Amino acid sequence: MESISGRSNGGRPTGGQSMGESPDSPGSPGSPGSPGSGTFGSRTFSRRWVLGAGATTLLTTGLTACGSGDGSGGGGSTITAFTYGDDAVKVQTAAVDRFNKSAASKSAKGKVKLEKVPGTDYSAKLRTAMGSPSAPDVFFNWGGGSIKAYQEANQLIDLTDTIEGDPVLKGGFLPSVLAAGGLGGRNYGIPMRGMQPVILFYNKSVFAEHKLQPPTTWAELQDINTKLKAAKITPFALGGADTWTELMWLEYLVDRIGGPEVFAKIQGGDASAWGDPAVLKAAETVKELIDDGAFGSKFSSVSYVNGGAPAVFAKGKAAMHLMGSWEYSTQLGKFPSFAKNNLGWCAFPTVEGGTGDIRNVVGNPTNYWSVNSRTQNKDAAIAFLKDCASEAYAKALVANGDIPTTANAAKLLEASPNPEFAKFQYEMVEKAPAFTLSWDQALGADIATPMLTEINKLFVGKSSPSQFVSALKELK
Amino acid sequence: MSAPTPTEDRPTEPTATTSTPPATSSKPPKLSKPSRSSAVGRPHAAWALPGVLFFAFFAVVPMLLAFYLSFTSWDGLGDPQPVGLDNWRKLIDDDRMVQSLWLTVLLTAASWVFQTVIALLLGVWAAGRQRNRAVLSAIFFVPFLLSSTAIALLFYALLDPNFGIIQENILGSSSGAFLAIVFVGGWQFIPFHTLIYQGGARQIPEVLYQAAAIDGAGRYRQFFSITLPQLRHTVTTSTVLLVVGSLTYFETVLILTKGGPGTDTAILPYLMYEAGFKSYDFGYASAIASFLVVTATGLSLILVRLTGFGSMRSTREGM
Repeated sequence: MESISGRSNGGRPTGGQSMGESPDSPGSPGSPGSPGSGTFGSRTFSRRWVLGAGATTLLTTGLTACGSGDGSGGGGSTITAFTYGDDAVKVQTAAVDRFNKSAASKSAKGKVKLEKVPGTDYSAKLRTAMGSPSAPDVFFNWGGGSIKAYQEANQLIDLTDTIEGDPVLKGGFLPSVLAAGGLGGRNYGIPMRGMQPVILFYNKSVFAEHKLQPPTTWAELQDINTKLKAAKITPFALGGADTWTELMWLEYLVDRIGGPEVFAKIQGGDASAWGDPAVLKAAETVKELIDDGAFGSKFSSVSYVNGGAPAVFAKGKAAMHLMGSWEYSTQLGKFPSFAKNNLGWCAFPTVEGGTGDIRNVVGNPTNYWSVNSRTQNKDAAIAFLKDCASEAYAKALVANGDIPTTANAAKLLEASPNPEFAKFQYEMVEKAPAFTLSWDQALGADIATPMLTEINKLFVGKSSPSQFVSALKELK
Repeated sequence: MSAPTPTEDRPTEPTATTSTPPATSSKPPKLSKPSRSSAVGRPHAAWALPGVLFFAFFAVVPMLLAFYLSFTSWDGLGDPQPVGLDNWRKLIDDDRMVQSLWLTVLLTAASWVFQTVIALLLGVWAAGRQRNRAVLSAIFFVPFLLSSTAIALLFYALLDPNFGIIQENILGSSSGAFLAIVFVGGWQFIPFHTLIYQGGARQIPEVLYQAAAIDGAGRYRQFFSITLPQLRHTVTTSTVLLVVGSLTYFETVLILTKGGPGTDTAILPYLMYEAGFKSYDFGYASAIASFLVVTATGLSLILVRLTGFGSMRSTREGM
């Protein structure tokens, strides 16, 4: 997932110091009245400029030195783990502390050092680090396409045999989730976070006020839209400034219209599968929704990441929001009473004439730990991964509001901050005939990036549904 | 550094030390005299070394590396694979490149008009002797001291369609997003160019205005017939910096629009970023980067040549 702010390294117009300035030009207009203000001022400025530049350089070098310091603790080797530095990172922090004190750590003669990479920079930083000598030993990822380049460069340890030979790992996770962390039938990842299916959320108070029921078919959805627009309420919140929010609509529409096989083919490397009629129908449906005002008129500058879309939804300006399951914790953080009392959820409706099952799910099954093949202490890395199957780890996830993808999760969900929502999610994923990984994570970055651009063009009306399809077919 | 001044070769002795022989204390300052005079003048070439090394390591070497990478295919992992001219062919064929180039030109032109007009007027005003001029000039300079990222985030919040001060779909519409980028860039860099123009205007000899006043020229006539022609080189300087700056303008676009809506604000530096750090196609990103370096250098050379700035013809010929 990308986000608004990135590390910026573009240049600004440099210079700023004297350019072709003749020293102390006589008879400058200011000189008689204000004694020497011009030259003195500029000298001070330039000295400060130089000092400032020097200080910045020192600071940067200092920070770099700190960052690269590889504090390997005494008694065995320390392995580094990169993780996505958002709120859920506390679960990993606790796991690392637990592991470093455990017998498993002692027998593998290794400790883990957790490096929390700010989320917005995660993918780029991981890529840069993996190409350098200071690569992490263990790293967070989204499975599928997100690790394809690393697998192709032989940078991943194949975990298939390890999992097969270890009952804790083999029986510890939901099989479909474990499989989604792999490539070509081999396992490269161990699930380490909660499940993140995309869910259709709705504002219960708005629905109650207008006597609406959550939609189960497309016709019902259109009927709801009409009623909401008559009441001057935007049917759906959409943070279109972040293209991945728009992607979710296409993911579900293609699934409901053509079934999960359509994207499975694309994911398998068949770019011509973008030409499937289901993709065109989904794009046309999106265009209808937009032209119909289902997302309002300003969605293309509304952001999810900065809290815009969630606020519009929570305040009742929009009645529904198609979003990943993290919407619950987002709302709990920003609008707690809305999250507790008025946030409703349901499956994405079926589309008449479509072949997709209403129980099919799209989204991120979970996140995974993968192991760098260049790690100096494979035993420690694998011992650390095993902790993810432990009950303590699952309990920490549940306490954080996440739904673990472990086999033992069902009985732990009563302890969740919202057991009702937790059980809905767990059953949704457990019973899903197909769980389609988010397209941008399923495909490699080289295809996902232009794909997201094309999706954004479709949503802002810069390309028609048929232009959209032909552009996607060009992606190789 | 406290080099004693030459006139002070005999330090004034405190009364308590009069018993000591005066010769010993008066000698050292004399010795420093010749070494000091030799330091006056041009500094030794070695003084440039830190700067040259810094420039070489952080500018020249990366530039050469990028140029090399532009002939390879590299996703950041493993070794770059040579692919000959593939990336450069792609650069020529890429539809997005054409759009991007056009947007970059448009952005440069719009920024030039917006920033030059305001900075020139403000700068000439700031060079005068009005009341509160120094205070106001200092306030006007503040935006330039802020980080580009902070400014972009600030405007991103101000332009939020639901919670900002202008609740319109500005960043989501093509022209709105483009104008927002021009405006935010101007807001940040006008102070800098104002400073350049202020310096330039300060150097225009007062006698020119006095002569013009005797000839009966009014304020506007003086501005167009004296100030503007005298600022010719200053305009060139400012323009070169502005053009090169616009060609490398990046963080504002990243934060405000991410190149959108669609691809309608994806100027060259953003396209380069996207190719490199989103698609991990470092070969193609390097080709765009090399193209940018060549274009920016070429444009500044042409500007300097066309305006006669390079030959340093004086604006005060015959004075």
